[in-house]
Amino acid sequence: MHMADALLSPAVGATFWAGTLATIAYCSKKLKENLDEKSIPLMGVLGAFIFAAQMINFTIPATGSSGHLGGGMILAIILGPHAAFLVMASVLTVQSLFFADGGLLALGCNIWNLGIYPCFIAYPLIYKPLTRNNPGNGRILFASLLSSGIGLQMGAFSVVIETLLSGKSELPFGTFLLLMQPIHLGIGIVEGIVTAGVIGYVRTVRPELFESVPSSRPLAAGISPKNVLVTFVILAAITGGALSWFASTFPDGLEWSIEKVYGKAELPEKDGIVSVLKRVQEKIAFLPDYAFKKSENEIKQEGAAPSWPGVDMGTSLSGILGALIVIGVIMIIGVGIRAVRRNKS
Amino acid sequence: MTFDKEYFNIGYLDRLSYRDTVIHRLDSRAKVIATTIFIITVISYPKYEVISLVPFFIFPVLLITLSDTPFKFVLKKILVVSPFAVFIGIFNPLFDTRTVTLAHNALISAGWISLLSIMMKFALTISAAILLVATTSFPGVCNALQRLGIPAPFTSQLFFLYRYIFVLMEEAMRIVRARDLRSFGNRGTGIKVFARLIGILLVRTFERAERIYEAMLSRGFGGNMPSMRQFRFTISDAVFVFLTMAFFFALRFYNITEMIGRLIQGITV
Repeated sequence: MHMADALLSPAVGATFWAGTLATIAYCSKKLKENLDEKSIPLMGVLGAFIFAAQMINFTIPATGSSGHLGGGMILAIILGPHAAFLVMASVLTVQSLFFADGGLLALGCNIWNLGIYPCFIAYPLIYKPLTRNNPGNGRILFASLLSSGIGLQMGAFSVVIETLLSGKSELPFGTFLLLMQPIHLGIGIVEGIVTAGVIGYVRTVRPELFESVPSSRPLAAGISPKNVLVTFVILAAITGGALSWFASTFPDGLEWSIEKVYGKAELPEKDGIVSVLKRVQEKIAFLPDYAFKKSENEIKQEGAAPSWPGVDMGTSLSGILGALIVIGVIMIIGVGIRAVRRNKS
Repeated sequence: MTFDKEYFNIGYLDRLSYRDTVIHRLDSRAKVIATTIFIITVISYPKYEVISLVPFFIFPVLLITLSDTPFKFVLKKILVVSPFAVFIGIFNPLFDTRTVTLAHNALISAGWISLLSIMMKFALTISAAILLVATTSFPGVCNALQRLGIPAPFTSQLFFLYRYIFVLMEEAMRIVRARDLRSFGNRGTGIKVFARLIGILLVRTFERAERIYEAMLSRGFGGNMPSMRQFRFTISDAVFVFLTMAFFFALRFYNITEMIGRLIQGITV
């Protein structure tokens, strides 16, 4: 479920990068404040561990297909949210550079989708409260199933939102949700079982590990207003995800559910978020006016008139002709440079 | 199988980055900035744009040839990776069926054009990312990020992660090999064994981290990672950044492909 550059618009990519960078800065500051030197090599090696573990495949029961580990929850349980987020971000950075999973602009989105939700929502608000006071293996299984499941559902929901806001894909909201959420429900269950298995195994083999690691230190205790707000966001996401199941049988059901959640029949993507993004764009001010005005027009037109810009035959013909020539020139340049270099050496 | 392949792929990309060419010698910051601008410019095109994206292929082609990166390697990477964009893009022709006249009587549905646009953007952005590592090396990219203002705890995390990827992957490879030798068909490759394997790998990782920490302490580690390498942002780096920026902006605001096409049409008619 790695988001890809090609599906993003610069505004959406930049917005999520801004959020991701702010979180990286925040976590770095937090780590510097209560620096445990010992955790520096531990974080690095654990990142490499996640990387290596993701490459081990296993057979998913009853389906015959194979899966692999995501790892966000395991990291959060071992390291606590701040360090886990940095490790997850570093793993995704390496993946985007070496396997080109997604691309560099989409990296901001991917870190957000796979890092923020497990580390700052699923772990502190679901897993941690459920596993207080020396829990048994059943309790750990339940907690990790629930937290992995919800973390991944929110991640998948974000992918849908990011794609829709970018406007490069034609997939309708409901269809896209129905594609993404159920698949990630399955993935989440598998992830939860694996997480519980790994944590349970390490706890029986090396119980002292969980006493010395940073996560056993108390986090900020009590309930802050921020947590309450975050809980409501989760509830909204879950409601959206769960209600999307009804969308297939009752085409109006989704509209109805959105109306209940947002108080409007439409998701606020048309007006609210777009206008917010526009303000962000103006602040970033890359390619002023030209590019974004066009794409904004496109979003507006989408509802009513076809957004295909008026093409007259002359332009498109000369365009194709020009494209062929440009491709030819690029190929000649490439082959030419290579030939010259070969002669030299 | 795939495990070994991926492992060697990373190693190969790593080796590519230690060559010595014009592109490799550029400052890592210059390359990070140029690549970022390239990607944002490409992505900023609206969804039906195909023709004006064509000239952008000059950037990866120049990087490939000037840095002696094997063309096949980059092509393979683009073909193999991340099917997500294809998976989502393939729905465009299904949902966007308005037809468009291409030339004379050739009709095409708008969805195919936006799919083609997505695929071109995909190829351009992915090749740019791959070429950035292939010509800069991962530590080089980390260093650039640090000097561009990314907080030190994150960049040192990246350094560490990269340094131990190869060690831990070899460890994991041994574990996988042992599992494969002992399992028959789908037996033994299930989720239960998998969780144990990961658990063992995790325990070994902890032990390794402890050893590393002790080794670092005995060498005088005080919380930050010093670097001995000298980096300089020279005039040629500035020229490189300026030229690529000017070129991308020119392409973005003038449809050069169409201008060339018009010119040729004017000559022939």
